[in-house]
Amino acid sequence: MTDVIRIAIRCDADIVLVRQQARLLARELGFSGSDLTLIATALSELARNIVEYARQGEIVLSQIRQGRQLGITIVARDHGPGIADIERAMQDGYSTGKGLGLGLPGAKRLMDEFEITSAEGQGTTIKATKWVR
Amino acid sequence: MSTPILKQGHYLIASLQPEQSDTDLLQLQDILVEQVGRFRSRGLILDVTLLDVMDSFATRTLRNIAQAVSLRGAETVIVGIRPEIAFAMVQLGLDARLSGVRTALDLEEALAILNRRCQEGMCRD
Repeated sequence: MTDVIRIAIRCDADIVLVRQQARLLARELGFSGSDLTLIATALSELARNIVEYARQGEIVLSQIRQGRQLGITIVARDHGPGIADIERAMQDGYSTGKGLGLGLPGAKRLMDEFEITSAEGQGTTIKATKWVR
Repeated sequence: MSTPILKQGHYLIASLQPEQSDTDLLQLQDILVEQVGRFRSRGLILDVTLLDVMDSFATRTLRNIAQAVSLRGAETVIVGIRPEIAFAMVQLGLDARLSGVRTALDLEEALAILNRRCQEGMCRD
């Protein structure tokens, strides 16, 4: 089984690619059809944020095991402008870009665990996990 | 990836393909808004049965298409939002973003909605 998949994100075609790869890995791990869609949707939002705000970055997909539980972890990393106010960025409807302002808070709702670290001028790293139910 | 667009009487039917990029969707938006005028269509049916994901970009683009098409004098109905996609959209908070756009379960229902609208004189002749 594939352990770690690393995908460079530079343009909107990469958003489609990362969704496909995540579906394959998540299916291998035993996720249900509706969870596959939730994971692919969350990834789509995270990858688009990279393209829109940082222009380039990477997404790393990996399987995670905790006791008998299996899951998928997504790490989305960029060296873009960073997020000045994370609390505000996590509010529905707030956006400094062209989006609907649902990307980050939406992705958080779709996943089980969600962690964001960001420094202005240095970039953003988001780590999100979903467990097989 | 190009989207098949069928002309059925006064209506256009676009079947969105899986794994569309943002660029594909924006191209489709331009084509549909143009074609509604060219064919003097009264209605547009957007079939999303095959879409693997309806994220915030796809939702916003479909809403923009519906609004632009409405300004061109035609009505839009979105059909075929699958259960898991509907669930993901609700979780994301996207359902409210489509609140102004008609949705139907299948093509038959979408055609019935458009026919009814046209009988009521809501569409141009």
